[in-house]
Amino acid sequence: MNVHRTTATASRVLRQLRHDPRSIALMLLVPCVMLFLLRYVFDGSPGTFNSIGASLLGIFPLITMFLVTSIATLRERTTGTLERLLAMPMAKADLIGGYALAFGALAIIQSALATGLALWALDLNVTGSAWLLLLVALLDALLGTALGLFVSAFAASEFQAVQFMPAVIFPQLLLCGLFTPRDRMQPVLEAISNVLPMSYAVDGMNEVLHHTDLTATYIRDALIVAGCAALVLALGAATLRRRTP
Amino acid sequence: MNKPTGPRDTTAREPVTAATPAVHATGLTVVRGPHTVLRGIDFTVPRGRITGLLGPSGCGKSTLMRALVGTQAKVTGTLTVLGRPAGHPTLRSRVGYVTQAPSVYLDLTIRQNLDYFAAILLPGRAHADRRRADVTRVLTDVDLTTHENALAGNLSGGQLSRVSLAVALLGTPELLVLDEPTVGLDPVLRRDLWTLFHHLAATNGTTLLISSHVMDEAERCDRLLLMRDGEILAEDTPDALRTRTRTDTVEQAFLHLVDEANAAHPTRSPS
Repeated sequence: MNVHRTTATASRVLRQLRHDPRSIALMLLVPCVMLFLLRYVFDGSPGTFNSIGASLLGIFPLITMFLVTSIATLRERTTGTLERLLAMPMAKADLIGGYALAFGALAIIQSALATGLALWALDLNVTGSAWLLLLVALLDALLGTALGLFVSAFAASEFQAVQFMPAVIFPQLLLCGLFTPRDRMQPVLEAISNVLPMSYAVDGMNEVLHHTDLTATYIRDALIVAGCAALVLALGAATLRRRTP
Repeated sequence: MNKPTGPRDTTAREPVTAATPAVHATGLTVVRGPHTVLRGIDFTVPRGRITGLLGPSGCGKSTLMRALVGTQAKVTGTLTVLGRPAGHPTLRSRVGYVTQAPSVYLDLTIRQNLDYFAAILLPGRAHADRRRADVTRVLTDVDLTTHENALAGNLSGGQLSRVSLAVALLGTPELLVLDEPTVGLDPVLRRDLWTLFHHLAATNGTTLLISSHVMDEAERCDRLLLMRDGEILAEDTPDALRTRTRTDTVEQAFLHLVDEANAAHPTRSPS
């Protein structure tokens, strides 16, 4: 692992994005528009917006980064640049670290915009600190990057990669406690939701929503999301092969 | 991961001199899915020379090159590259490789592409000046200096393959493995590139292995490996091949050798 190779990769990924301003705009603005929409959908019941809005602040970065990373790494695999890089003195960790760094930076901007909008313009009532919301959002973004990298190994085309989004993300979305508290689900589903990382992301957001200070549950949730991201990144690294059939 | 097996410890310690070949293969076999793409072939690539790898499409040229640079799985036999087993980590900065399809980032400019790959080969801020000089040198080599700020996605096919070649020239590798580098280029560019290849071999002592299915390019090589159906048909200089087969061109020599091989193995179709 070499820091300079990692940062060179991160700045290369950001440079590629800079040539694609429309994608950047979509990544940054869509979550804000959704929150705005949600605020006025629940105009009559601000309590609902409060609980759903906070959870969504954690879910948006996960979904966006999942999509962006799975397509970006798939392109890297199919255009031969991955083979070229791995035939060069490049460690797999440099490549993955570079992607995580670049998309992490983007996720910070995205989360800051969405959180700022929700807290100050849409009157989202959060008892705890906005920084704690941001931290979970960032960890979620890394988790999304990790998942995207991992599934790109199983997609032969961009068409398939996009289909992995509903397959990997939607079940988590349904079971994470966004629609109904997890302890009121059918016990088997609750057990499944206990092993899905997005559940802990939403739990963490709810902790910040209801508590003034840093709770033990929040720390546990953040560590679980971070741990999952690290685990999936390692699995993703295992799918990058120098020698291919 | 499958690595070439065999007495590689002895070859790894062998002193690297001009006398030892850049590439030496014995019993090289590659299996891809249900097919045996290379069938236990033996060959050598001499140092500081241009070796042409010729044969019809699908005969295993690209697989042979991928085995050389260490990106091909299921390789058996002995394959020594610059005194090391193929795919050895120390070879990654000593071997330049250009795939058939240009492998560069289409959403970056030419210079941004080269800057990035240069930073992978020679990382660190301390080498920024050397990297810049290197990028400028390879841009001149492939005659793309005037286009350096053009987006790779907007280039023509020929320009794009030259960007891909420029990436392989970064860091002045000792061995250049080029998979059909002149396909789709106009005659003037092809001539210029062959001049560049000869210049690299003559001044830097670079070893070049260049594949092609265009037989007239064979005449420009110092040495030829003629391939067909996963096997080496002949390994010699163009002159010797023509003399041996009593033909006027390498193309005729190749066809003569194919007919000879078909007569020897009548069961195998020449597809």
